[in-house]
Amino acid sequence: MRITQGTFSFLPDLTDEQIAAQVQYALDRGWAVAIERTDDPHPRNTLWDLHGLPLFDVVDAQVVLRELAEVRAAFPRHYVRISAYDAAYGRQTTALSFIVQRPAGEPGFRLERTTGPGRTERFALHSYASERPEGERYPD
Amino acid sequence: MNATPIDGGLDLDAAYRDSAVEDVLRELDQELVGLMPVKTRIRELAALLLVDRLRAQVGLATDKPTLHMAFTGNPGTGKTTVALKMGAILKRLGYLRRGHLVAVTRDDLVGEYVGHTAPKTKEALRRAEGGVLFIDEAYGLHKPENERDYGAEAVEVLLAAMEERRDDLVVVFAGYGDRMERFFASNPGLRSRVGLHVDFPDYRAEELLAIAERMLQARGYRFSPDARGAFAEYLALRIRQPDFANARSVRNAIDRTRLRQASRLVTTGGSVDRERLETLEADDVRSSRVFAAAPG
Repeated sequence: MRITQGTFSFLPDLTDEQIAAQVQYALDRGWAVAIERTDDPHPRNTLWDLHGLPLFDVVDAQVVLRELAEVRAAFPRHYVRISAYDAAYGRQTTALSFIVQRPAGEPGFRLERTTGPGRTERFALHSYASERPEGERYPD
Repeated sequence: MNATPIDGGLDLDAAYRDSAVEDVLRELDQELVGLMPVKTRIRELAALLLVDRLRAQVGLATDKPTLHMAFTGNPGTGKTTVALKMGAILKRLGYLRRGHLVAVTRDDLVGEYVGHTAPKTKEALRRAEGGVLFIDEAYGLHKPENERDYGAEAVEVLLAAMEERRDDLVVVFAGYGDRMERFFASNPGLRSRVGLHVDFPDYRAEELLAIAERMLQARGYRFSPDARGAFAEYLALRIRQPDFANARSVRNAIDRTRLRQASRLVTTGGSVDRERLETLEADDVRSSRVFAAAPG
């Protein structure tokens, strides 16, 4: 099941050229671009691991793409996303965030139902990938 | 030669126009007084890059030129201003993607403890990528009196990046002439990777006067005819002082003259009109300390 999180996630994966154009757009607006990764695909897992610090003060998108290539080489089976933070007063939030790498196979989720006291029913989303320990969740 | 992939010739004029580099060069001519050797070097470089591009179009071998530069000259001779223009020119010619200028000094490159320098320098390089990294007073990176100084490490990181990212990054080393000479002598690898040495000459007195008038115009002031003569005399005296810093000294002198004009107007009181508000009088110039110190 294809994870759909952030902008462009219903589109086919972006090419490097398209990623560079999006990043350049963010940089031109003065947003701080960061690269993040995770291998826990749960939709409520919103805080991913930062790769280094956000790339503050960078002007050129190629710098970000080079960093991205490093992350892809180091974590070939992780989800990787690029997020751009707008620090402008009154906004101060992530302005753009999109997935730039996903594992080859995404096994998806199972819905777990538990019956509690008084016939209440509780639901949980169980990710098949997270059955294995961190770092080994997706096969090559 | 007989295997040219295109028919006929290429239009050099059209290529020149298309690159719009002419606009920047004209701007350079108009905005900067004097500096003839510098302007000539930049024109030569622009021509070389343009011809290189045409050569690439017809399939001739082109050697990507080393665009890293050294700007040497006394204080206030316009090194930063020219570097700023350089970024714009190289961008128009398609050698830099962004053409922005990142000005740094020793403090921004050299760290405070072991292992701090390389990340700091890399950070500066990352910010400058796609544009020009302008290292002001670059000789500060070489401190022969302290062999444990981290400056050498910063230079090594710079050198690696200059080689590896030649396509995206132009590094400009700037500083005063003799000390830069010693800096380059300290690191032979550096000298060979810096392709273009531009020497910024000191301004002559009449050029400084022209600069002064331009600065006044930009600030909405003008000299009265007497004041103009007085300022020329002032410059003649000031140039001979040891701490003279060319255009920077002119700017400071003008700022002080404005101060004296304002205090004269306030002391005199009465009614002022536009004319009096914008005119600097000879007295405003002549009450400078430089005249007091001069013999006679």
